[in-house]
Amino acid sequence: MTGRKLFKSAKFQEVNTAVKKDGAAIFVDKEGQENLIIDNPYAIRYIHSYAEDTPFFLGLADGKLRGTKCGACNYVFATPRGNCQFCGETTKWVDLPLRGKVHTWTTCHFGGEAFLKETPYNLAMIEFEGANSVLLARLKDCKEEEIYVGMPVEARFSPQPQFSITDIWFVPAGAGPGQRSKK
Amino acid sequence: MPTEKKRDVFSGTPTPSSPKRSGRRVYMVSGGVTKFAKAHPGMDFRLMCKRSFDQARAAVPNLTLDMIDGTRISYFSDHFTRQLKAASMVLDYIGLNPRGSVRIEWGGATGGECIQAGYEAVASGRMDVCAVTGFETMSRVPTWKGNEFIALASDTNFDFPLGGFYTGYYALMVQRHIYEYVRRKKFAHIKDEREAQRKAIEYGTRVMAMVSVKNHKNALTNPYAQYPKDLSVQDVLSSEMVSYPLTREQICTMSDGAATVILTNEERAHELSDDPVLISGVGCGTDTMRLADRPFGKVLLMPHEKASDYADLDYPGVHSFRAGRSAGMEAFGHAGITDPKKELDFVELHDAYSSSEIQTYEDLGLCKYGEGYDFVESGAPFLKGVDYGFPTPKAGMIPVNPSGGLIACGHPVGATGIMQGVFAFWQLQNKIAEKFGSPRLQIANARRGAIHSHAGTGSAVTVTVLESTKRRSP
Repeated sequence: MTGRKLFKSAKFQEVNTAVKKDGAAIFVDKEGQENLIIDNPYAIRYIHSYAEDTPFFLGLADGKLRGTKCGACNYVFATPRGNCQFCGETTKWVDLPLRGKVHTWTTCHFGGEAFLKETPYNLAMIEFEGANSVLLARLKDCKEEEIYVGMPVEARFSPQPQFSITDIWFVPAGAGPGQRSKK
Repeated sequence: MPTEKKRDVFSGTPTPSSPKRSGRRVYMVSGGVTKFAKAHPGMDFRLMCKRSFDQARAAVPNLTLDMIDGTRISYFSDHFTRQLKAASMVLDYIGLNPRGSVRIEWGGATGGECIQAGYEAVASGRMDVCAVTGFETMSRVPTWKGNEFIALASDTNFDFPLGGFYTGYYALMVQRHIYEYVRRKKFAHIKDEREAQRKAIEYGTRVMAMVSVKNHKNALTNPYAQYPKDLSVQDVLSSEMVSYPLTREQICTMSDGAATVILTNEERAHELSDDPVLISGVGCGTDTMRLADRPFGKVLLMPHEKASDYADLDYPGVHSFRAGRSAGMEAFGHAGITDPKKELDFVELHDAYSSSEIQTYEDLGLCKYGEGYDFVESGAPFLKGVDYGFPTPKAGMIPVNPSGGLIACGHPVGATGIMQGVFAFWQLQNKIAEKFGSPRLQIANARRGAIHSHAGTGSAVTVTVLESTKRRSP
């Protein structure tokens, strides 16, 4: 049969490896059924618009952290929204403080495929004085055993902005201005 | 949180405790499910659905294809199969053209939502018989690419680029849950903040591991489960760290699988089955996609709670699932249930993580907010007569995930909520021994149960109450 490798009683993972290498393989399952499996790669380029969130991402490139404030109920969103989720009114852009506190946190030892090379990395939700909601960001320059809820942190901005939420991250407050993360 | 005053988290929208009771009564008369597996290379999604559909049909031999007025078909992601409009292919494969259908997608709650879509089709009078089928084939991409696809169901501006990882989001949620209820309550006496938090996490994760042991061990006699395992608390805790403090054995896996239920009106139900199960309550709740947008307001109170119980609690924050509470209140109100812990005989709930099972006990009112860990230690959600390797004094009070849940059965997303419906249906028909080949997981005299399906970080949750209608001698 076409010279393709025949896998009997193999783990499906081994078949997967062969498919990647040879482009195809035949997997014989427990019932003796032959299943032809092919490699089927897929890549795509999206033209992603930040639309109404644009000022936030441009702000990061300027070293500014921006939230939004509802003109009607004064709720301050640390993760900006163009309209208030409570009263529907249009919000205004406001500058947020560059210091905050850890609301909750984790250290990820795995991630989506694109992020595996960055593991382990810390995620934290940050509270800010004067804001009603929080912001999710990477937390750097500290180890898993050093992080705690309530830990004071301060913002750092990428010197080479990629126009991504990863252009901002937080480090333990008072870590020193010259300290740059390795990641 | 620095909120000036607690806001009513519903901001003037109707409270979820006032369900509408119009519509026809809807019954489940049959169910079928494929074994959930890491990969079913020998079946594509059409054949998996067909197998579960045929199993469901075989249990109601009087049901002919032409009696089925239409279908509701669920799968979560087009990315996994790279086949858009896959529901059309399921529908023609099982032979139900040209009758009405629609594909249902609601994240992790896709299956639960699909059952409710079928319920609505029958309750409204549009259909007398509706076939509800769901599937997912997640083996067609590598595991970590799959994780990336799942994480695309989070905000791609603010959340996804930070790691593309749902386990990370749930770890953030349980860390705050542990802080609110363990550090601030159980370990309030410890002065040193860091020491108190470490001890709280250690305690919380040990209790979470007990949930994982329960679900894996329950599944030992469920032939449809992907990962039945005889584990100890230590095995769970020492398995690989995925996102602190969640270890691998506390997280469900990706799976291939399909499930089907047949829903009908009252007249047809009694023609087709001598043991139809009534759908007596449906509820669905929602919350913000971004965890960061969750408000810090007041608890939606159930009858067993008082506002004073939660005077110093900001709700839901990121520690609890407001959508689960809302869905539970609607479904229980519909079914006339005021105390779910006493009035339900079991619950099959969406334990994608051991942590979310504990959080869900509280959302569903099986205990108060903050009592989830004690609830586990009391043994209440464990099965009577099973040795879990630790004491379970109140075992049998309200068994949760007797089937093994997602942690042990697997989670082929579009099938999962329907799978829960099938297992609950068999429980209520007292047919676990026949279907599983062992009576071990049959709950004696199970009359009423709830199924609970949950989407990404609690952005949508469905709760459906099922009731046996047949008189049985005990």
